[in-house]
Amino acid sequence: MSMNRLVGETYSKRLFVFWIPLFLFVFVLLFPFFWMLITSIKTDAELYNRRISPFLVRDPTLDHWKLLFNDTLFVQWAWNTLWVACASTGISLFAGVLGGYALSRLVFPGSTIFSIWIFITYLVPPALLFIPLTGVMSFLGLHDSRLSLVFSYPTFLVPFCIWLLIGYFQTIPKELEECARIDGATRIQAMVKIVFPLAIPGILSAGIFAFTLSWNEFLYALVFLSSPENKTVPVGVTGELVLGDVFFWGPLMAGALFGSVPIAIIYSFFVEHYVSGMTGAVKG
Amino acid sequence: MAEILLKDLYKTYGETPAVRGIDLTIAENEFVVLVGPSGCGKTTTLRMIAGLEHITAGDIFIGDRLINDVPPRDRNIAMVFQNYALYPHMTVYENMSFGLRLRKVQKGEIDIRVKEAAEILNIEELLERRPKQLSGGQRQRVAMGRAIVRNPQAFLFDEPLSNLDAKLRVQMRTEIKRIHQRVKTTVVYVTHDQVEAMSLADRIVVMNNGIIEQVGPPQEMYDNPKTRFVAGFIGSPAMNFVPCKLTTNGDGLSIKLTDGVDLKVPGEREKRYRPHVDRDLILGIRPEHLTECRQHTNEQQQDFGCDVSVLEPMGIDTMVFMEIANVEVCARAAPDAVKNPGETMTFTIDMQKMHLIDPSTDTVL
Repeated sequence: MSMNRLVGETYSKRLFVFWIPLFLFVFVLLFPFFWMLITSIKTDAELYNRRISPFLVRDPTLDHWKLLFNDTLFVQWAWNTLWVACASTGISLFAGVLGGYALSRLVFPGSTIFSIWIFITYLVPPALLFIPLTGVMSFLGLHDSRLSLVFSYPTFLVPFCIWLLIGYFQTIPKELEECARIDGATRIQAMVKIVFPLAIPGILSAGIFAFTLSWNEFLYALVFLSSPENKTVPVGVTGELVLGDVFFWGPLMAGALFGSVPIAIIYSFFVEHYVSGMTGAVKG
Repeated sequence: MAEILLKDLYKTYGETPAVRGIDLTIAENEFVVLVGPSGCGKTTTLRMIAGLEHITAGDIFIGDRLINDVPPRDRNIAMVFQNYALYPHMTVYENMSFGLRLRKVQKGEIDIRVKEAAEILNIEELLERRPKQLSGGQRQRVAMGRAIVRNPQAFLFDEPLSNLDAKLRVQMRTEIKRIHQRVKTTVVYVTHDQVEAMSLADRIVVMNNGIIEQVGPPQEMYDNPKTRFVAGFIGSPAMNFVPCKLTTNGDGLSIKLTDGVDLKVPGEREKRYRPHVDRDLILGIRPEHLTECRQHTNEQQQDFGCDVSVLEPMGIDTMVFMEIANVEVCARAAPDAVKNPGETMTFTIDMQKMHLIDPSTDTVL
């Protein structure tokens, strides 16, 4: 690392400005995962014993995990979540890519006002929007259906994707497309063969973000779904594993951990694309 | 390889006019350079030929075909952009073959044409690289190669050298000329650099404020500018403009500068200037025709004295700045003949090379 060679950088200085802050940051970020893990493999007796250290596991057990997978609809919830997240991400990306491209490239009357309005719709809090949306979903006959989520998530995902992608498309030089059109491409061909491949980091970032938002979404899922077999992980785990004032901490934490793993895998897999997508970097 | 014809071409952006009535015929295989200051409409004109801008009014023909509403891909032209516009996700080979692949040219044929163009441009060993791994000059070559493989009816260049450093720019200028001599085709080249225009063009088109000021071969533009703008734009350092008055002097005519210097008008120009006697005009003289005092090689060379204010040595010559009639004037003198700032030096002016400009119309008389 070039940091080692910086003039005047002593070891102790690097310790204080780099390693200690980094360690604290990582500790704060990873501690919840550690807590979820140890809670999910402790026996109830150990979990509620206040005389032993809460950070150690003496007698690991998989009982909570067995309960989660065998005695609850957790697998169904996970499947629902995945299905809803994939479908709504797909819809939002499709609309976002086309909308972002149009708003960044085509000049049409009202295009500026249109993009500002898209941003404003993004600012409407879901906690207000769910009230009219409930009416819309009943009208469409989608109440207590996973489709209600597939159609309602794009209300916040599409504006988000469009806004992220407008910015990204603007970093791709217009001349590339013009050159392709002179070279013999139609507008669509220039878009598909030149602009989209270069926009992959941006499209991936939008996709990951949309997927994460719909994977974690709570409010709409809570309001629109009522049958246990239709629920998503966030709603299912908190709804079915908290009965009255009784918290089933073990299965609850197992569910939470299992629910956050896919997102973590996706992030680590695309992290490089993701970073360049957020910073917008195409060099000619 | 075809003629390009622009007929009464107009382009306005909203209320703002960019191009205001251009008529121009570019002959087959001709190298035409559009030159002018930024905002003069030269790039807009080029983009209209390419089909990247809508035409507000007028017609464009390539060959015999009216192409006003033909999309860029069907115009059979190639364009080299200022930033090269190489596709970053493709190798040099893929960049160069992109247009041919879109046109469904056979693989073997593509290979032959790419290799041939690469050989002309000396980039055979770069074919597998990506644009990111190329230097500025190499990118420039690839951009030209991409144009050459298509074998188009015309090449359009949009300030292709302005992103290169000074040395490379001169080198690539020669390269472009060499390539044009080898690959005979019609070229429309846009630049704001008059040196580039002079050195490359068969014909120069000087544009200003959306109209054509003058069209002609480089030497003619230099020798016989028709307007004050062209006189000042072509040539470096720029032509000096000094206010003066045309008066009669016995049988002949003379030019009086406001500070009393009196210069005799060459006999053969008297008839041309006679109608403008007693008018306030502008004397235009290039620095190279205003030198240190020399032995006169023709009788139109006249001497006058002036105080030197600033010197700019260029090596081969020294630019001498002085004030004549309250205007800063630049002369081009031999380095060993110049006096120090503050001293008086005698200059020789070659009246055969001067121009008189009518300030009310800005035309050269």
